[in-house]
Amino acid sequence: MTTATITDLGQAVEDAAAHLYVWALQDIPQDLRDALARAAEKETSVTGQRVLQTILRNVNVAEDQKNLVCQDTGIAVYYCRVGEGFPLHPARIYEALKAGTERATVEHPLRSNTVHTLTRENTGQNVGYRVPIVHWDFIPDWDGLDVKCVPKGSGSENMSFLKMCVPADGVTGIKKFVLESIVDAGGKPCPPGIVGVGIGGSADYAMHLAKEAIARPVGTRNEDPLVAELEEDLYELLNETGIGPMGLGGDVTVLSVHVEHADTHMTLNPVAVNYQCWAARRASAHVAADGSIEYERDA
Amino acid sequence: MATHEVTFPVTDSAEILKLRAGDEVVVQGHIIGIRDRTQIRIFDQMVEPPMDLRGAFLLHTAPGVRKLGPGRYEKVCIGTTTSARMVRFTEPLGSQYGVRAICGKGGFPDEAIEPMQRLGMVYFAIVGGAAALETTQIEEIEEVAWEELMPECLWKFRVKDFGPLTVGIDAHGNSLYRDVQERARKKLEDIYARL
Ligand code: SF4
Repeated sequence: MTTATITDLGQAVEDAAAHLYVWALQDIPQDLRDALARAAEKETSVTGQRVLQTILRNVNVAEDQKNLVCQDTGIAVYYCRVGEGFPLHPARIYEALKAGTERATVEHPLRSNTVHTLTRENTGQNVGYRVPIVHWDFIPDWDGLDVKCVPKGSGSENMSFLKMCVPADGVTGIKKFVLESIVDAGGKPCPPGIVGVGIGGSADYAMHLAKEAIARPVGTRNEDPLVAELEEDLYELLNETGIGPMGLGGDVTVLSVHVEHADTHMTLNPVAVNYQCWAARRASAHVAADGSIEYERDA
Repeated sequence: MATHEVTFPVTDSAEILKLRAGDEVVVQGHIIGIRDRTQIRIFDQMVEPPMDLRGAFLLHTAPGVRKLGPGRYEKVCIGTTTSARMVRFTEPLGSQYGVRAICGKGGFPDEAIEPMQRLGMVYFAIVGGAAALETTQIEEIEEVAWEELMPECLWKFRVKDFGPLTVGIDAHGNSLYRDVQERARKKLEDIYARL
């Protein structure tokens, strides 16, 4: 069944990463386009309309001119689902993702943002120590690899918040913290976007889950009905705050709220918020065990 | 809310004073790109900027460009960065250099309101992230200084129909950001009472 050699597979993953990084930056998914169009239908404020119409125009200009939707090429983040039978080890998958990121940055060329966190010196072509950042999932009884690239801009990533609520704060505490965070963020993370919320687990895992949440297609609901209800509630409440498009006031403050959860310790109630701007870029590929690649923009 | 067209640099302060928070503005003429390191050099390291900033429109940007030759660049993708980090430079930009407009995304905190009123300056909100469109409105990169700070140099762009921008803070003490925050805080009290 598997005909590709390990080197070929490494090359396939590298090719996929190089393609996905640029593609994600240029061509935003259909679900996001639809969500932005719906937002424009709903918005009643003059400034909010001005912002949303400009965003919609910008998405079309990027497509026509083959330019980037936004200038911030972000930090490269990949989400990998690796089948247990995929013939390339994750250590090699990581190398290939790194090489692909670097190649895309040089060839396009893309603005390079990655710096050493203390010296602030540029470390190369959007790669560095532990960059790109990769989230892993391992899937039994499968021999494929799914790669999703989500370049994350700094304007929205800077609006990340963590609170160790106590169990007595309950769901109300979770809601209050999300509301406060989004009001504090105001126009800085380029609203309206996707609010990713991670609850439960531990401090670090809650933020990890919040980040997973923003990578979902806009408006998808959590499988757990209790969590899905929290998503709906938060969406309604956040849009009551009036922060509006680009924080200039209006009806649409967020396009969607996505919550991911994990069970936690009986004395823990962590809540993490990770904001994703309106330019919620993502693009996916499926790499088969024989090295063939299928691209999918809207996964 | 009115719509205006303003050509920069401005020589007549009436051009700034006519603008009110919430108004729509389209800009023509020349604008100057500036960012964190550029302003740190001017004000913290006290190096005189080699460009005339009187009446200027400053844009918070680190443009993506392609080098054509010595001192010559072509645009690739030019967008705008978050302004709040650079608010402390507002007062000296106005009082020492006569800057009249600062444009960025996300707004300035309330500490910018007083100096902008006193010095006759405005803050323009651009649509953050809409870089593909913004790039088409920049006709040419006419000049660049301090190339060693790449991409945080001093850039001079010639623009056409740059916008639409929204007056976020005007020269009369009004700020959309302050108003929106005040309303949102009140709303939160409402919401909390219901939770
Ligand atoms: S927050 Fe998002 S849309 Fe705004 S400038 Fe950054 S990457 Fe672009």
